[in-house]
Amino acid sequence: MHSFGYRANALLTFSVTALAFICAIASFSDKFSNQNPSAEIQILNINRLKKQSYGNDEVSLTLDISADLQSLFTWNTKQVFAFVAAEYETSKNSLNQVSLWDVIIPDKEHAKFRIQTSNKYRFIDQGHNLRGREFNLTLHWHVMPKTGKMLADKIIMPGYSLPDAYK
Amino acid sequence: MGWIGETVDSIKSIKIRQLLTQAVTLGMIVTSALIIWKALMCVTGTESPVVVVLSGSMEPGFQRGDILFLRMTKEPIRTGEIVVFNIDGRDIPIVHRAIEVHERKTTGEVDVLTKGDNNDVDDIGLYADGQMWLHRHHIMGRAVGFLPYVGWVTIIMTEKPIIKYILIGALGLLVITSKD
Repeated sequence: MHSFGYRANALLTFSVTALAFICAIASFSDKFSNQNPSAEIQILNINRLKKQSYGNDEVSLTLDISADLQSLFTWNTKQVFAFVAAEYETSKNSLNQVSLWDVIIPDKEHAKFRIQTSNKYRFIDQGHNLRGREFNLTLHWHVMPKTGKMLADKIIMPGYSLPDAYK
Repeated sequence: MGWIGETVDSIKSIKIRQLLTQAVTLGMIVTSALIIWKALMCVTGTESPVVVVLSGSMEPGFQRGDILFLRMTKEPIRTGEIVVFNIDGRDIPIVHRAIEVHERKTTGEVDVLTKGDNNDVDDIGLYADGQMWLHRHHIMGRAVGFLPYVGWVTIIMTEKPIIKYILIGALGLLVITSKD
C-alpha cells in the first residue's frame, strides 16, 4: 500500500483528474462572458464580373470591413478566427456561401479593426447566376479557446447586389 | 501421504485462481474501455469522436498534438465549421475549415471546399484526382471542443513504435508481478 508504484499511480490519477476538472471549469466560465460584437461592411467597388472560359461566373470586389470583436475575448480565448462570406441563392442551389476574406485575431488589441481589401479568395459561382444577383455579406467569427468548447456566431448584413451585366 | 497431496493441490489451486482473477480483471478493464469508446461513438454520432491534430495547417489555433472532440449532427454543413474528413485513398483524416458551401435545392446535398487556416491555398490539391468538392459522406464530424498537448502521447506512439512496445511490455510485467 505504500510502495512507490502505488503512490505514483495515485498521484498520476489525481493530477489528471484535477487537470481535466480545471479545463472543464475554464471552458464553463466562458458562458458568463457578455458578448456584443459589432461590424459593418461596405463594398467599395465591384472590380470585375466576368464569365470564366469554362462557364462559371467570377467576381472580384473591394471591401471596406470594420468590426469590433473585443468583447469576444475572455481569459480562456486563444484566438478568434473571423471571416466574411457572401451568401446568395440561385435557381439550382438553395444556399451558396463563399468565403471572401478571413483573419486570425490573436488578442484583444487586434480585435477592433478597419481594413480595405480586395477579396482574398476567389468568388466563383457554380454556373453563371451572378448577374444582378442580390446577396448577403456575413461576418462570421469562431472563438477558439485555450481549452474546451469552441463558439461560433455571425452577423448577417443583407442588401448587397451585383451589376446586371458583365464588366 | 494424503495430506501432502492435499497441500500440493491447495497450493496449485491458489495460484490458478489468482491467475484467473488477474486475467478476468484485465479483461474487464479492456472491455469497459471498449464500452466507453463505443458509447462515445453513439453519443457524438461519429466513428471517431476524438482525433489528434497531426499537422500544423491549422496553426495557431490547433497545434500538432492537440486533441479535438468531434460531433456529427444532421444539421447542414456551413462555412466556418471545422470539419474532419477522409479523402478516398488516404487513411489519415484531415482537419480543416469549410470556406465554401453550395447546397442543392432539390436534394439538399452539399459541395464543400475546405482550407487549412495556416495554408495559403485551398484543399483542392489534397482531394482525389478530379475531385473538386467534398460531399457529406466524406465528412466524419465537426470539431466542437479541444484539449491542448494531450495528443502527443498518440503521436509519439505512432511515430516511434518501440515506445509502444516498451510501454506494453512494462504494463504486462506489472500485471504479472503484482502481488494482488
